[in-house]
Formats: sequence, C-alpha cells, structure tokens
Amino acid sequence: MRELTFVAAAREGLAEEMARDPSIFVMGEGVGARGGNFNTTTGLYELYGPQRLRDTPICERGFTGLCTGAAMAGARPVVDFMFIDFELDALGELFHQTSRIQYMSQGRIKMPILLRGCIGIFGSAGPHHSGNYYPLFMHVPGFRVAVPTTPADAKGLIKTALRCNDPVLFLEHKGLLNVRGPVPDGEHLVPFGQAAVVRDGRDVTVVAIALQVKHTLEAATRLQQEGISVEVIDPRTLAPLDTATIAASVHKTGRLLIVDEDFAPCGVGAEIATQIVDQVFDDLDAPIRRLNGAFVPTPYSPPLEAAAVPGVEKIAAAIRDLVAE
Amino acid sequence: MSIPGTVQVALYRQILLIRRTEEQLVRSYQRGLIHGACHTYIGQEAVAIGVCAHLRPDDLVFSTHRGHGHALAKGVPPGALIAELFGRATGCSGGRGGSMHLFAPEVGLMGTSGIVAASILQATGAAYAFSLLKQERVSVAFFGDGAANNGAFHEGINMASIWQLPVVFVCENNLYATEVPFASVSRNPDVAARTQAYGLPGQVVDGNDVLAVYEAAAEAVKRARSGAGPTLLECKTYRTRPHSEGMRDTGYRSPEEIEAWKARCPIKRLASRLLGEGTASESELARIEAEVQAVVEEALAFAESSPWPDPATLTDHVYSV
Repeated sequence: MRELTFVAAAREGLAEEMARDPSIFVMGEGVGARGGNFNTTTGLYELYGPQRLRDTPICERGFTGLCTGAAMAGARPVVDFMFIDFELDALGELFHQTSRIQYMSQGRIKMPILLRGCIGIFGSAGPHHSGNYYPLFMHVPGFRVAVPTTPADAKGLIKTALRCNDPVLFLEHKGLLNVRGPVPDGEHLVPFGQAAVVRDGRDVTVVAIALQVKHTLEAATRLQQEGISVEVIDPRTLAPLDTATIAASVHKTGRLLIVDEDFAPCGVGAEIATQIVDQVFDDLDAPIRRLNGAFVPTPYSPPLEAAAVPGVEKIAAAIRDLVAE
Repeated sequence: MSIPGTVQVALYRQILLIRRTEEQLVRSYQRGLIHGACHTYIGQEAVAIGVCAHLRPDDLVFSTHRGHGHALAKGVPPGALIAELFGRATGCSGGRGGSMHLFAPEVGLMGTSGIVAASILQATGAAYAFSLLKQERVSVAFFGDGAANNGAFHEGINMASIWQLPVVFVCENNLYATEVPFASVSRNPDVAARTQAYGLPGQVVDGNDVLAVYEAAAEAVKRARSGAGPTLLECKTYRTRPHSEGMRDTGYRSPEEIEAWKARCPIKRLASRLLGEGTASESELARIEAEVQAVVEEALAFAESSPWPDPATLTDHVYSV
C-alpha cells in the first residue's frame, strides 16, 4: 500500500470531499495561497480559489460565528484554527450556538461544520500553542471529537467528518503530522465511535490518546522483551467514545491504564475509568491507573517540556507498576 | 419614495399584531403562564416590520433576546410564539427555547439568541453561504446598541464589508444595554458613524417611524441583493417596558423619559398619518384592530390548549442522527 504523511492524508481527504461537495469552504489565517501554516490546504487554493479557501482576519470568534451561520444556511464550512489554542477565543460561539442550534431548532437546522486544529505538547511551542482541550468538547452536548493518530485514520475520519451534519472537532497532534503510514487507495471512510485495537496483548490494556499511542506502542515493544504483553487501544474518536471495545479488552486483561498528555482532572482518563468501572468492575484485577501530562501550563525549555508529558519511559514504568499490582 | 396606501395599511396591520401579541404576553406573564424570561418589543415594532417587509420567505433573519417582533414580522404564527413562551410542544422551538430561543427556519427565522451579538456573525455567515452558493438571498442581523460595543460587531461587520456580503445590519438603538445608558458607554451617540471605519454605508433612521424604516430598508436590501454589499441601519428607538417582564424598572431612567417616548408610539404615529392623509378611515382601522385582536385571542387559545412536550423526547436533536 502507498504511504503518505498524516497531514498529506488528511489533506487528500479534504480535497476529495471538496471535489465532491461544492458547499465546502475553508476559513482560517493563511489557508489560502499559502496553504496553511501546517500545510493543511497546500495546493487547494489553486484548484478552488479564494472563496473556498478564505484567508481571514485574526478574529477566531468572528469567523467561527460566521461559519456557524454559513452552516445554518446550507454551506459546509471548515474552520482551520491552525493551533487549536486559538479556538478558545471562539468558545462562546461554539458552546452557545454551534453545539446547540440543532437542539434549539428541533433538528430543523443542521450544523455541518468541521473545526480543525493542531493540538499537543511538541517542539517547544510553549504556553500558548500546546493545548489539547478535547475534554471541554466531550463535556458539552452536541460535539463530535475525532483525534486520529495514523495517516489512514486521518483521511478516513476527516472524510466522515465532512459528511456529518454535526459539529466535529478534528484534532491533529503536531507530533504526528509528518509521520508516514499506509493509506488505502480510493474511497476510505472511518466511522465515528469505533476504537482501534492497535496491538493485541493479554496482561494489560492501555488506552492512549493522540501522540501517546505512538509512544505506548514503543513501550509495549520494549515490555514484550520483559515478558509483559500489552494491548493498546486508540479510541480514534473521543465523542462518541467506544467504551465497548475498551471493556472487552479489560475483560481479557483485567488491568487498565489510560495514557493522555492532557491534564488529569476531569479529563478523558477520568471519564473512561468511571465508565469501565460501571461496565466491568468484576473483571478488574487492579485499580485503574492514569498517566497524564503534568498539571502545569506547558513550558518552553526542552527539559521542562519533556518533564511535562508522558513518553516511552514513563509509560513503560507505569505499565510495569500496574502489572505488579 | 412613495409608499402605496395598500402597503401602508398592511404595515399598520402587522405592526399592530406585534403590539397586541406582546400585550397578551405581558398579561400571560402576570398570570404565571410564562415560565422564564419575557423580553417584550413594545415600542420598537416599527423596526422589525419596516425591515422584514422587504424580505422574501427564503431570506434569513438572525435576531436577539428581544426577538418576538422579528419572529412575527418574518412570519412565525402568533400561536407558535405564544406556545413557545408557554413551554408547549407546539411552540416554534417545541418548548426547547422560550422567549430568547425562537427558531422557525421554514419562514427564515434562524433564531433569536440569549447571547448578545451572535446574530451579527451568523447573519454574516449566512450571507457568505449565499454568495458561495450563488443564491440571490439576503440575510439580516438585528441587534441592539449593547451589541455594538461587543467585539463581534467589529469582527462581523469588518468581514461582511471586506467580502461585500449580502447582509443588512439593523442596530436597534433603544438607548439602554439592559439598563446601562448607551450615552455612558459610547462617546459617539451614533452607531452608524462607526461604519466609516469599516467602509460600508451606515444610516441613522427614526426607528419609531415605520415608513422611514421601510424606505431605508428598501435601499439596504436592494443593495445587498444586487451584490453591492452590506449596509448598517441604526434605528433610534425605545423600549417602554422593563428589560424583561417582572424586572425592577427604576433607577436608570425617568418616568418622564418613558412618557415622552410613549408619545412617539410608532403605531399611533402611523395611524394618525393614515387618517390624516386619508389613506385609511377610522372604521377601517377599527376593523383591523378587531381582526388583529381576534387573531391574538385565537393564538392564545391555541397555546393554552396545546400539549406539553413529552419528556421522552428530552434528548432528541442533540445530534443530527
């Protein structure tokens, strides 16, 4: 199978859907002739011009509200926030309007809008460009949240998102953008709400989010040599969240660790742990553990930044501890 | 602009329908039939009617927390409005919204909003969609003087102007943002003056004169529909009721001021003009009054006899599927 980088695969998915659906347009800073800061739209401006690849003023609240109105009126906007951190200026529009208009209108108005941006602690991006924020959107009714980790899933999930009539957050970890991987030719759609078991194992289940999936797979390879068999699950979408796949795995392994570079309080791990306790309490042979990023604004300096995130070593240590319970 | 007599009489009927419906809502609020907020449009009716008279069914209106008048002007049946405030299943939002969240996309009412200034951005976005999809439709954002000091005003109007979008911005300057006087939060008394900074036409209009609003809106809607870009109309007007029914209405404005504005009632002004110019007779206006009263009574009966929403539908429509 051919290989593409994560960002090229997502871009191919966007390009295919723009060719199929003339109501799709992209808005953001530098998404036009420049092709996006992260190359999310490279080459598309030449095909579709300024109205469908629209460079905006720096006014995230403004163009998010604008795109919400455009979605209400029959278009299918893609808001490209570049860094997802910038979306915070638009939270009022997103929470009050974008997520609620379908409900308030009794489903008579649809909200087909894609909200994309790069997440994650990577490359000394510092306190204002390293956020994740997905728990906020899991907490509010109305959103769907996709966090792909492979090029194939990036393409398949963005295509599904561009055919969905709900607001979808499509979050791309900066540390994954240039990762290469196989991407199927032709039509490739990945459904929401289906986790992927990316490594089979029998001793412990690890659910990892975004870049931590890659780190967890590396840790699992190392631990294999120590005789520990790790099953790794990538949820792929956090809303809807496929807890059935996680529960089935825990039924087999009896142990669960959730690895997430985002903050622990009220986070993805807290939610997964609670749901799994509800569903398969009797299958657990040990307490559910979480391994999260440090509860600090993300610092700039490389040694400080490295200390703020999980990673291969910390994940391996956490798995060893949990297996020893 | 010469406005035909038949049009003037039709405007009278519509403006009266808003007033009589709102008066009914006030009485219903006092009887405890409205469960949450009730922001009436009494005093400001000329703006909604003068603007919406130029809109087609598929043109879209985005409104505010004070949106009953916009809903009626765009064609929401009074029964569906009253039922919504009563929390009934037959309300225009099925009881999910109440006074501040009225939705009727089938007649182009794309929502009233409990959050100030959202309408500006959404109307701009609808206009973006019309432009992209090559549709000759127009969107209208109603908002108050309070919204004019919100960042969304700057962001939305700037984008509408740079991309020459088919949108009309209608600022209803009723002199108070909730209870904060506009004079105390803006050095320049005219919101319309701000359009110079963004490069779009802006015009101050007497918002208590439905014919003046009608004339100004005719031009603005025509400009938008012809592809010549957005316009801002600042309609100077006044709400004569409290910000919301049941709220204390003292300490920020004088009874004399309220009386002075009541004397400028847009309905009385239109009636005297119709009578003065011989466009309509006393008996004709009395007949309209009786017809409108009957419509409101029927709407009230409809709302009162409507069923409550079924709690089993609580989570319907959070998602599209």
